[in-house]
Amino acid sequence: MAYSNKVIDHYEHPRNVGSLDKGDASVGTGIVGAPACGDVMKLQIKVENGVITDAKFKTYGCGSAIASSSLVTEWVKGMSVDQAMQIKNSQIAEELSLPPVKIHCSVLAEDAIKAAIRDFQQKQGAAPDPESEPEH
Amino acid sequence: MTDTKRPIYLDYAATCPVDPRVLEAMLPYFSDRYGNAASRTHVFGWQAEEAVEAARREIATSLNADPKEITFTSGATESNNLAIKGVIEYLAEAGKKHIVTAVTEHKAVLDTCKHLERHGCEVTYLPVAQDGRVTPEQVAAAIRPDTALVSLMIANNETGVLNPVTEIGAACRAAGVLFHTDAVQAFGKIPVDVEAMNIDLASLSAHKLYGPKGVGALYIRRRKPRVRIAPQLHGGGHERGTRSGTLNVPGIVGFGYAAKLAREELASESARILELREHLRRRLVTEIPHAIVNGSLEHRLPGTLNISFAYVEGESLLMGLKDIAVSSGSACTSASLEPSYVLRAMGLDDELAHSSLRITIGRFTTREELDFVADLIQREVARLRDMSPLWEMVQEGIDLRTIEWTPH
Repeated sequence: MAYSNKVIDHYEHPRNVGSLDKGDASVGTGIVGAPACGDVMKLQIKVENGVITDAKFKTYGCGSAIASSSLVTEWVKGMSVDQAMQIKNSQIAEELSLPPVKIHCSVLAEDAIKAAIRDFQQKQGAAPDPESEPEH
Repeated sequence: MTDTKRPIYLDYAATCPVDPRVLEAMLPYFSDRYGNAASRTHVFGWQAEEAVEAARREIATSLNADPKEITFTSGATESNNLAIKGVIEYLAEAGKKHIVTAVTEHKAVLDTCKHLERHGCEVTYLPVAQDGRVTPEQVAAAIRPDTALVSLMIANNETGVLNPVTEIGAACRAAGVLFHTDAVQAFGKIPVDVEAMNIDLASLSAHKLYGPKGVGALYIRRRKPRVRIAPQLHGGGHERGTRSGTLNVPGIVGFGYAAKLAREELASESARILELREHLRRRLVTEIPHAIVNGSLEHRLPGTLNISFAYVEGESLLMGLKDIAVSSGSACTSASLEPSYVLRAMGLDDELAHSSLRITIGRFTTREELDFVADLIQREVARLRDMSPLWEMVQEGIDLRTIEWTPH
């Protein structure tokens, strides 16, 4: 299987690998996927004054899953929470030129960022946005 | 892709390079001696026929069989189809419509059985133990009055695990049921003796023992008992009517020569390959934590290693191992998104099945290559574990089975 150069670049030089303190009230943590499916993403954001100032990820999964989560951490930094909520899997898939069989990796990355935002919002005492529920 | 920096080839269970000595033996049959082995009226045909019969003798000798018991085919998929469909078609009239096989068989056997199920056959798919093996007791218990055939492989293609074929063959013989074995991975790697192992039909392939692709054979026992099969390819009546079609003379010559070399060099080669595999295995399991060999280590082909590196997904590992050519049981390497059915049948957790590599060592593998491979795997597993949320959780003492995952 041929990977796009962008996937290879993120796989070989993943951005923002690591963890933030999940006990910190300004940190939201999203863990999506399942080991049985061969993909688990953990994505964390740090939010200050409504802006995402840091993002970290760890991913168990194929190269496309690693690249999708790595890319999302790059994108969300500097975004407002609302902007990050608008990220669509199709944008990720397009940026990384994912083949159809790998689209689920981009879906998982979208789910991961939404799950992280939801976790942050819950910590802040806000009601979770029903729109942000994962679709599957 | 250029050939300038080729990966190290460690996928001999998938296919082998043609041994240069085999290629040399084949070459005249493409150019000078191009006759059709079925041409009886001139020297071109006689030469070709003579070469085919010499190859047939080599393969028969390797199996402790009679040359008349060897039918050439296009490869093991055809041999498996011919054996199973041929026996069933012949015995169905006698009311024998039941087949016993196992869940870990090659798709060429399983899909043939599934096809026959749609045409009125019943099939028992035996489960395997954690070591990947089927027991003769399981086979004996599964045989019914209407059982026509037991089909169980000698060595598994994904794990290299060996079934107790001699005992399974004896159980079949005692019950008066024919025993077919897919001997593709075993032939040329370990001794295969159709008499000692009580085998009635055996599928073989040339390209797994340094012969060419596109040629194989089916061993069909002629006495005690005489096995009859219905041909599946009809035409000019080649191969005593068992398999019509012009013989692939250069391929058959190569197959015969490859079988001869494998037989003559089997003892020294298998000892050398086993030592290499054990060197690699020991390095991997001692230098990498949570590296687990899948299936029986004791009952295994010398050159095959199937190993899981927990908490690292197989395809991402393969991507990091681009300097070596191996295969993975990971879902992502197949179109189905399902991890290896063989490893799952052995009771492996899905994440361990997703994390598996199949490394097969062969005639041209060197110790230096394996040391490079061990270093590379160790480095890549460590890098990917640093990136793995599962590894992080395990380091924190979290039991992954207690987590509610969100399957997708």
